[in-house]
Amino acid sequence: MAQELASAGAFASIPALLARNVKEYGDRPAYREKEFGIWQSWTWAEAAEEIQNLALGLLALGINRGDHVAIIGRNRPAHYWAMVAAQKVGAVPVPLYQDAVVEEMEYVLEHCGARFVICGDQEQVDKVIEVQDKIHHIEHVLYYDKRGLRKYDHSHLHWYVDIQEEGRVAHARLEDEMAAREAELNYDSTCVMLYTSGTTGRPKGVVLSNRNIIESAKNSSEFDNLGMNEDILAYLPMAWVGDFIFSLGQAMWCGFCVNCPESADTLMSDLREIGPTYYFAPPRVFETQLTNVMIRMEDSGDLKYAIFHHFMDFAKSGAGEKYGMPKRKVTTEKKTLEQKLRHGFNYAMGIGFAAETIIENGIRLAFAKLRHGKNVRKHFKAKDPIGLKLYRGNLQEYFKYRCGDVLVYGPLKDTLGFGRIRVGYTAGEAIGPEIFAFYRSMGINLKQLYGQTEATVFITVQPDGEVRNDTVGVPAPGVEVRIEDNGEIFYRSPGTFVEYYNNPESTKDTKDPEGWVATGDAGFFDKKNGHLRIIDRAKDVGKMADGRMFAPKYVENKLKFYPDILEAVVFGNDRNMCTAFINIDLTAVGNWAERNNVAYASYQELAGHPEVVSTIQEHVETINKSVAEDEMLSGCQIHRFLILHKELDADDGEMTRTRKVRRKIVEEKYAPLIDALYGGKSEQYIETEVTYEDGRKGSINATLEIRDAAVVGNIQGMAAE
Amino acid sequence: MTTDMNADSYVTEDGRTIGPVVMDLKNITLRFGGVVAIKDISFDIREGEIRAIIGPNGAGKSSMLNVISGFYKPQEGEVWFRGSKRPPMRPYQVARQGLARTFQNIALFEGMTVLDNIMTGRLNKMNANLFQQAIWKGKAEREELENREACEKVIDFLEIQHIRKTPVGRLPYGLKKRVELARALAAEPSLLLLDEPMAGMNVEEKEDMSRFILDMNDEFGTTIALIEHDMGVVMDLSDRVVVMDYGKKIGDGTPDEVRNNQDVIDAYLGVSHD
Repeated sequence: MAQELASAGAFASIPALLARNVKEYGDRPAYREKEFGIWQSWTWAEAAEEIQNLALGLLALGINRGDHVAIIGRNRPAHYWAMVAAQKVGAVPVPLYQDAVVEEMEYVLEHCGARFVICGDQEQVDKVIEVQDKIHHIEHVLYYDKRGLRKYDHSHLHWYVDIQEEGRVAHARLEDEMAAREAELNYDSTCVMLYTSGTTGRPKGVVLSNRNIIESAKNSSEFDNLGMNEDILAYLPMAWVGDFIFSLGQAMWCGFCVNCPESADTLMSDLREIGPTYYFAPPRVFETQLTNVMIRMEDSGDLKYAIFHHFMDFAKSGAGEKYGMPKRKVTTEKKTLEQKLRHGFNYAMGIGFAAETIIENGIRLAFAKLRHGKNVRKHFKAKDPIGLKLYRGNLQEYFKYRCGDVLVYGPLKDTLGFGRIRVGYTAGEAIGPEIFAFYRSMGINLKQLYGQTEATVFITVQPDGEVRNDTVGVPAPGVEVRIEDNGEIFYRSPGTFVEYYNNPESTKDTKDPEGWVATGDAGFFDKKNGHLRIIDRAKDVGKMADGRMFAPKYVENKLKFYPDILEAVVFGNDRNMCTAFINIDLTAVGNWAERNNVAYASYQELAGHPEVVSTIQEHVETINKSVAEDEMLSGCQIHRFLILHKELDADDGEMTRTRKVRRKIVEEKYAPLIDALYGGKSEQYIETEVTYEDGRKGSINATLEIRDAAVVGNIQGMAAE
Repeated sequence: MTTDMNADSYVTEDGRTIGPVVMDLKNITLRFGGVVAIKDISFDIREGEIRAIIGPNGAGKSSMLNVISGFYKPQEGEVWFRGSKRPPMRPYQVARQGLARTFQNIALFEGMTVLDNIMTGRLNKMNANLFQQAIWKGKAEREELENREACEKVIDFLEIQHIRKTPVGRLPYGLKKRVELARALAAEPSLLLLDEPMAGMNVEEKEDMSRFILDMNDEFGTTIALIEHDMGVVMDLSDRVVVMDYGKKIGDGTPDEVRNNQDVIDAYLGVSHD
């Protein structure tokens, strides 16, 4: 294991770790990418050579120490190599969001003063060329995918492979220089600069040192027992700190293989082919997958439908937690005989009962069909096989779970590509309890963590066996967490960022001299189990006009747990009641519409359909009841709401690229709607400008219906009785 | 444009080299019984260019394409291909000469996957006999690998990786068109004939398709002859345009020349017969 081989101090930079990996695991796969329909792979030795050639090529182009190298593209091995190559020659990689529009890119490129830009393809090159009209410090642009770029002016534009070739040729001449620069790297030199998503104002460049990255990678890998046998799928934006830690930090530290999908469209099938053992996804991905599974189950046969629900209900009742979780053993090179036998035994336990389940329920279903005809689905429930009754208590439950594993959980995990997952994480936003329970009950060790770019991801994580839906776990190894009186969370850790690039004021505001960093989030430690609970952004937690606490995110998250609701924005700061904007989820609601013969031509029309509005109203009222239970937050019940006629979109500036709502902008843009919500109107006309993906603008207009939702009576009043 | 288009080869404004004439059609006349579909038409296609054939409905554009691809045999006139006169040929013989085409109404194998459909485009490159195919060793296996690789390059080029294994029957129209193009491209044609590649597409799909056509021409140097109704697309894409009306050629030249040609304007906008 990597951890036993080295203490972190000996390897003070990513290039040093790379050199170690070449030595230790030279012929093991380091990177895979699906290209031309086949998984192409590179061993550590091959990857190191690619990186070295590029680094030498960059030297030949005249890269200086401390230069910023912007990297824009989808997850590909070549782009990860570019980051390490930049580090090798003393430069600083700056990965950018590839779907950023030109203006966003211009700001970041100007702010970091990049002299070199490495692009994925023509799309990115075009953006950089457009940016170059205004900023002139970009000297060389490299691109990896040649397509469509043949006719471009190549005086300052180079093909990545050509530069590598140049580097290879200049090997003898520049090798010493590269070695010298690599040797200069130490624990305090900058490893990477990552831009925050800019939920509030302009993005800030977070400078992370080698210490931040390597210590965080080391601690987190040890925490989850990650080793060189892991497989991960690198599909999250490269500009995001999480991807940097998982696909570079931890991959380099542990020496495991990073797999890159063929294209964004093939992600799901690539996920299935690779079957990662360590996986990270924002809640939205799990949500989408669950919605798809549920939609497909609706379309399946009656027997499958009944058996699926029967076993999923059983698993969610707690059996999944008890019998399904993967054993926390470090995977070794080959499965031992004992593991093989255990696996075979587990499978054999289920297979007999599985056959029995299908036969018995098949016969029962046939009779049920005779009685109920086409409505059979409503009346027919699957039952356990009779054979299970021979056993009692835990043994019965165990066999039943194994049976479900053969029939439902195993195949489903395999279809989703989660068959081999040992550790899975979700973070970024709260995950719905239903969704969380669904995945965990199938035996996927899905956990939550809480972190941010400034902390090099990890602030708190959930240890195995202590996973809860409404908390984000205990402080990660090496992290100290403190809660201020106003509820704001502070932390101090080896991963604490160095500074915001060229922004000492913001650095000072965020990080105090002792190294404590303000997260800007409000939360508290659960007294029962010591886990951290997050309420909301500290500055979003406000007061209502009558002084009650206003925590919009808390309510929004509860709303978003409904599959019908994609996004919600709650207002109420300094006002006497709370109101909400709601975005419906086109997939879920569209499916409902299809099933119920509701015709609609557009998102807008569906969103305005009276039955949809009524369904949403029911959801809102249910949420109001649950919010009312929480004494502190009972004021946040939603009194009035409306369904927006368009999805909130990053292209319109309403969301960040990581899909967090920009509250201020939404508030300004839809001011007439807010006035209408508080003015007691029952409908309101609105005209909105929209930006299409290609940058063109258009406008849509609609008259939106505003509804009142029932709220649960005044809690304070009730308490007084 | 100041270039001399009569020279043996010249370079266009956007830096592509247009070579000598590859296909020369001389005085073609095609009749179906008493109906004259094409009346004494001559024009040429040069190496590396994008040549458009336009005209109102029933002008004889598709017939012209069928003459080039060998489906129809003209009653009069000669087809010269790469400097020699082409004898009457069957379509598969024409295909072996390096011509590939797509169809106005999609002609794919609906039950087969996208990949299999594209592989059929490589049939001309396969020489293994039935016996070799059956035992699947040596030549047959080697050929399959080579051809699969070529197909994967086309799939990558046209960005259809995500539907590689999907049966064509399940695809939407725009993607089917793209698969058909992929199949034609898999044959590595030197001359590619596209029969209304953008018919029935929305603006976004048209933009994609235009980009693919330009990239194809740019990357592989494929000579392309296409029929299209969308004037904007034709004028943007093509180097030279032939205009047909009622089986006759009424214009031939660069998009600008054609646009200002009075006959063409009359044919499209109509003219009062008095």
